[in-house]
Amino acid sequence: MKPPPFEYHAPRDLGAALRTLAEVDGKVLAGGQSLIPMLNMRLAAPAHLVDINRVGGLGASEVTPEGVRVGALARHAEVERAAAHPLLTRALKLVAHPVIRNRGTVVGSLVHADPAAELPAVLAVLGGSVRAARWDTAGGGPVLREVPAEEFFVGPMESALGPDELAVSAFFPALPEGSGAAFEEVSRRHGDYALAGVCAVVTVGADGAARARAACVGVGAGPVVVDLGELGPVRRAGWKAAAALVREATDPEEDIHATAAYRRHLVGVLAERALRNAAREGAAARGA
Amino acid sequence: MTTKLFGEPVQRREDPRLLTGQGRYLDDLGREALAAAFVRSPHAHARIRDIDVGPALDVEGLVAVYTWEDLPERVGRALPLLIPHPALTHGRTAYPLAREVVRHVGEPVVMVVATDRYAAEDACALIEVDYELRKPVVGLEEAVHGAQLVHEDVPGNVGAHLVQEVPAPGGHGAREAIEAAPHTLSFRLDIERSASMPLEGRGVYARWDGRDLRVYSSTQTSTSVRMAVAAALGLPLPQVEVIAPDVGGGFGVKIVHPWPEEVLVPWAAMTLGREVKWAEDRREHFISSAHERAQVQHVRVGFDDEGRVLGLDVSILHDHGAYTPYGIIVPIVTSTQLLGPYRVGAYRVEFTAVYTNTVQVTPYRGAGRPQGVFCMERTMDKIARHLGKDRTAVREANFIRPEEFPYDQGMIFQDGRPLIYDSGDYPEMLRMIKELIGWDSFERRPGRGIGIGCYVEGTGVGPYEGGHVQITSDGRVHVSTGLTSQGQGHETAFAQIAAAELGVPIERVSVVTGDTRRFAYAVGTFASRAAVVSGNAIALACRKVREKALRIAADALEADPADLDIADGLVHVAGTPSASIPLSTVAVLANPLRYAFDEEAAKATQFSGTASPDRPPVAEGEEPGLEGRDYYSPIRSTFAAGMHAAVVETDPDTAEIKVVRYAVVHDCGRLINPMIVEGQIHGGVAQGIGGALYERMVYDQHGQLVNASFMDFLMPYATEVPHVETDHLETPSPLNPLGIKGAGEAGVIPVSAVIASAVEDAEGFAVDRMPISPSELFEARRRNRG
Repeated sequence: MKPPPFEYHAPRDLGAALRTLAEVDGKVLAGGQSLIPMLNMRLAAPAHLVDINRVGGLGASEVTPEGVRVGALARHAEVERAAAHPLLTRALKLVAHPVIRNRGTVVGSLVHADPAAELPAVLAVLGGSVRAARWDTAGGGPVLREVPAEEFFVGPMESALGPDELAVSAFFPALPEGSGAAFEEVSRRHGDYALAGVCAVVTVGADGAARARAACVGVGAGPVVVDLGELGPVRRAGWKAAAALVREATDPEEDIHATAAYRRHLVGVLAERALRNAAREGAAARGA
Repeated sequence: MTTKLFGEPVQRREDPRLLTGQGRYLDDLGREALAAAFVRSPHAHARIRDIDVGPALDVEGLVAVYTWEDLPERVGRALPLLIPHPALTHGRTAYPLAREVVRHVGEPVVMVVATDRYAAEDACALIEVDYELRKPVVGLEEAVHGAQLVHEDVPGNVGAHLVQEVPAPGGHGAREAIEAAPHTLSFRLDIERSASMPLEGRGVYARWDGRDLRVYSSTQTSTSVRMAVAAALGLPLPQVEVIAPDVGGGFGVKIVHPWPEEVLVPWAAMTLGREVKWAEDRREHFISSAHERAQVQHVRVGFDDEGRVLGLDVSILHDHGAYTPYGIIVPIVTSTQLLGPYRVGAYRVEFTAVYTNTVQVTPYRGAGRPQGVFCMERTMDKIARHLGKDRTAVREANFIRPEEFPYDQGMIFQDGRPLIYDSGDYPEMLRMIKELIGWDSFERRPGRGIGIGCYVEGTGVGPYEGGHVQITSDGRVHVSTGLTSQGQGHETAFAQIAAAELGVPIERVSVVTGDTRRFAYAVGTFASRAAVVSGNAIALACRKVREKALRIAADALEADPADLDIADGLVHVAGTPSASIPLSTVAVLANPLRYAFDEEAAKATQFSGTASPDRPPVAEGEEPGLEGRDYYSPIRSTFAAGMHAAVVETDPDTAEIKVVRYAVVHDCGRLINPMIVEGQIHGGVAQGIGGALYERMVYDQHGQLVNASFMDFLMPYATEVPHVETDHLETPSPLNPLGIKGAGEAGVIPVSAVIASAVEDAEGFAVDRMPISPSELFEARRRNRG
């Protein structure tokens, strides 16, 4: 379990990092919580490793009324402690174990795009985005683009980032006024990737009507987002029926840990729990 | 045995070292050694057509590459079949490197030696092996079908077949007894594969100085590795020494020897004239060491209205993987220990051990007992359900009574000796466990169940262990025994025995294990035997030393040895504390000296005037030095027992299974150290929870182990292991001087049975297959409730 040979780059600034990525067929190393095991098991064999840990300016997170922008080097644990976004904070507590959260990065987890991971679902349910940068060789400078979540997660372990691109930050929009959020999952052991999980945002309007949106993990090629739309008055919303809609939107696969039927069943159970919890919180926030 | 140390919860003396990173494990040694790595078969079954090492030769740092054809005849022989048995008619073992055919994914094919492990693995990745694929045999059903063969010369894939029959007192066989019984049941049980998974994998490091070979191995038996390596390399035994450094867990997998690597690494060190080391990585441990547990059992039982078993007929299919280096110990243990604390009218057990193209099966903590106990305890629960009786009442009706000991089960145990239980009190133990868990007041409701499981464990198997005890002139006591330690707390428990026997403070006692330079005769640490066999050997050696010390002190004090006692390191005349002599001085007197190298030594030199001029300095029949050596060889195993009970809750929606309480009553005879015993029980229960709810080795139809990493092979974390409540019963063993029984494996043995019992109670349908996951419980609900 030793990695195959690779060339190691440790750029000191963003420009150098982007230039390296433009020049070589490289893989970005941030927290390394997925990449290093994959290297050691020789499941990945990049010729170049671009370690961005020394790049200045990527660690900061920015909180505005619009939402939280998390820098590429912000660790799970830092973002969790900052508690700037209730759903993000809740989801981070479900990510693996404290030791992994001390090193792993939020943006790295998004780029890794594991369909069973929590953070892609959070970004997707909130309609957030990832900011990607690449080096424009002709122009001699960095070029940025903002990739919305629905375009970012392309498939299992596959994001929309180009080989020369670096995800420099991710933006998690703030919950609308009168909103509640919840993340429910079942994993085999504490901290494991979920067999199935559902995060939900329920927004209660000034009229008391609830709108809901959910995203599921572990039951599709990426986060499965279901916009449930308007569900009527929050006190009388049909959460069971809404949960059934979420369940029907998923098409999970069987693996050694769970049958497809069980996963699908879990989605229904967890969606109802998540929606009810989010609705309770949303109603309280609205004072309804 | 009068001082208080024996039986006290003395804190483990090894823990400060082991818990603060001061342990010295195999991979901490030999930093300058060359590193070995192996090309292992990616296929479950294939013929090797060609091996092209050419592409690897350019790797910087490469030192050597070996295939089977490069090995000398002696080194290239098939590995020994360690425990032959007449029923093992088709025993097969692997070659150190595959010879022509590979029979499981992970079998070593090429050995690479390089300056470091990175380079060695790079070279491995470049070596091209051309395989001609054969259809693999995966799973018991396919093996029994026999259409494909794992070994061409083993028809039907059957390695061993053994029928054991114990007729009822009236002479009826089990099948007759079942036919004649008022009630009968028959059913099938399944237990899946798991494995030892020690924190530290296997590993070996060898040094050759041109004459002597020193081997360090992460092993449970350094003396056996020594003999095996000497035999394989054709070296005289005195030229080979084997040392087990700190070993990070064994659980059975490290009792198998020699591993291919234990032959190849020392051979490479000799051939290259360089130090060579190999430390197993986790993937290698998954696919290249050993697994256990997998069995299918077909059970037929006949019983009376009280639930008393009149006849029991069990047919076991045992998956032995690709090879049988450790013989058929596992199914033998299952067959014999299945009977547990019960007297069964007539018993017939038959096992068929079959080969499959999977990792070989050798003992893993419990060693066949968890399967046997699962069978018997499921049977007890089914009888209770059939008769509408309380599950504990049915067990009680079948117990061997305390006055029936020694109780002969009429079979031959794994040590080749009669299966005779030496002592126990099962009704009392049942009373204790029911009280501890609150059996009679348990409030049952849907999704909440209680379960119980009972077992008897033959422990402390022979043939022997030895102990050597030396008191030096500084008053320190040096204890050594040949068997090894993998975290059991031997440094503490053996020191307690020595301190108590010799009357010295425990701080003055040090213990060395697993170093053939210090003690060359030993069997090993397995089968819950270390405390029983080495513990008693050390006690006997201490008694020799004590007797000698009293004899010498009596001379010096001009007293009768019978009037002397030792306390706090001082030999004194009973009732006259002032008339005393320290053991350190006795040690000086025990070794007459010519040269005074320090002040203490001066007292033993020829002009010091202490010795009588009329006698030789070392009296006839005496030896110099205050030391002694003795051995303990048990007549047969001593039988520990335990009963576990658990309360589980099953989620009605998610089918998650939560163990909310877990209780253990345990009897390992006299306790040397209750804290260590409880630690063993807790660790065992944790492993048992793994086996019951999490762990399984999943092979696909191609013979690929699809979960060969800790990502997908789920071992319980601390968060998954319940708090374990324990209570002890002490029925001393009459077989050994200290009255002790083994405790190492106990905790793991009944856990699957207990959890199955509790889940069944919570859900109301039969649970006959372990482990059980939430997904499986969900599917079982759908099958049973529609």
